[in-house]
Amino acid sequence: MPEADFRSYYGRPVVKETVWGPDIPTYLFLGGLAGASSTLAAGAHLTGRPELARALKCGAAGAISLSMVALVHDLGRRTRFVNMLRVLKVTSPMSIGTWILSGYTPLALAAAAFAVTRKLPRAGLAATITAGLFGPAVASYTAVLLGDTAAPAWHEAHRELPFLFAGSAATAAGGLGMLAVRPGQAGQAIRFAVLGAAGEIAAKSLLLQRLGAAAEPYQTGRAGQLMDISEVLTSTGLAIAVLAGRSRVGAPLAGLTLMAASALTRFGVFEAGRASARDPKYTVVPQRDRLRDVRPES
Amino acid sequence: MTPGLDPAALAGYSDHPPRMGFFTDTSVCIGCKACEVACKEWNAVPEDGLVLTGMSYDNTADLSASTWRHVAFIEQSAPDGDGLSWLMASNVCKHCTEAACLDVCPTGALMRTEFGTVVVQDDICNGCGYCVSACPFGVIGRSETDGGAHKCTLCYDRLGEGLMPACAKACPTESIQFGPLDELRERAQQRVADLHAVGQSRAQLYGADPADGIGGAGAMFLLLDEPEVYGLPPDPVVTTRDLPRMWRLAAAAAGSLVAAAVVACAAGRQ
Repeated sequence: MPEADFRSYYGRPVVKETVWGPDIPTYLFLGGLAGASSTLAAGAHLTGRPELARALKCGAAGAISLSMVALVHDLGRRTRFVNMLRVLKVTSPMSIGTWILSGYTPLALAAAAFAVTRKLPRAGLAATITAGLFGPAVASYTAVLLGDTAAPAWHEAHRELPFLFAGSAATAAGGLGMLAVRPGQAGQAIRFAVLGAAGEIAAKSLLLQRLGAAAEPYQTGRAGQLMDISEVLTSTGLAIAVLAGRSRVGAPLAGLTLMAASALTRFGVFEAGRASARDPKYTVVPQRDRLRDVRPES
Repeated sequence: MTPGLDPAALAGYSDHPPRMGFFTDTSVCIGCKACEVACKEWNAVPEDGLVLTGMSYDNTADLSASTWRHVAFIEQSAPDGDGLSWLMASNVCKHCTEAACLDVCPTGALMRTEFGTVVVQDDICNGCGYCVSACPFGVIGRSETDGGAHKCTLCYDRLGEGLMPACAKACPTESIQFGPLDELRERAQQRVADLHAVGQSRAQLYGADPADGIGGAGAMFLLLDEPEVYGLPPDPVVTTRDLPRMWRLAAAAAGSLVAAAVVACAAGRQ
């Protein structure tokens, strides 16, 4: 981004950097993993892949449980986490997310419990399907959570972030499936991961293209490194999955690689938002340009 | 009063006092920081680090959970001729008509008062920190000490008793003016016209336009240089204006995730 004509108050930030810690990108990964796993599990369940469905349901239950811990841990006043349930506000993605998670979490836990105990198959089916329908909401609302802020890199990316996050979630869930079941049972997981990774790559390239100079926080510094490593891992995992996804070594290797890629994407996006808030140029320059477009003479 | 300027009515107050706010005229600010001190004293806001920043006389640095008034000091060459031009400005929460902090708060801790101002209810805030990232001015902060979000209340407790906020009361030059927002806006426009008439061509109002990106501020400023020179965003837009589109796109992304699962599983049936 050009530095010319850019003025600031002693180079200090205009907007505040998020106070959220590593709990939040961890949750972005785990929540995405859980949500997409539940959706794929429903598909696997309905198409007669009980081994894959069971593994994904257990993964979703574990990931969403850890998510809850991370979310409460990040609060400034942890004992008041329940205050999230005082209101329902459509203007607050965190409020909507709270209610999505409140609906989804018991269903994901129930689906896993029914799958493991193999009791009450009808109730298990109902929990599996409803968790599978909630899953995509869990996986994609987090993009709105970040987009609805004043952090320039998050807000500017609000069009592509939902697709980036949905793709990243499918990548992770497909990876989990490959890791958790016998290679012969992982066909659906491989296809899901391939579709997810393709979506993730497409959304990211769209994001970089549309933002232009404003995409700099995604390409430089720690965020840039994380995004680069994530991209390499995504491509590598994708290649292994397609070429050797049904082999005893290839399946878990591709699965782990894709899950790591998904996690790094989330940490990369998180860091890009932090970096863009720290540097006043990402706030001032686009706003100045906007004013110049409206009032060319000033 | 323009309906768009009456956030208290939009928040559901049927019979409420006029919208109150600040007009901070930085052209008469002398940088005494009486506003900072008065605010801390009245609101019992804790001390937040006695350090030298190297930024002129500003050792407060920015607004935060423990700084609700912040005096900025800018040393620059005088625009016409030799010598130093010293800009001083007391910054504060804008009490936006469209307040992002209030919009995104998931607990309802942030609320609109009958005066049209925005305050945090400390007994409800659970310290999620969302408001901190949402504010386009970097005003609200989360306290390291108690974990909650804090900012200027426009002295809500004093307003209820018919008193003016502590900072305005303490300001020795009436740089900080308090009153009904409509009156303040007229006064601010007159002041800018007066300054322009005596050759202060750089004088401009900030936050006084109800058509701006936050629906107009409840705390407006008269500045003698561009906003970013004072650390203010030149064209802030409340992030929630884009929220409907964000929800639509997230729904589309969720739909594509379902579609991916259907494709992945259906292909496996054969």
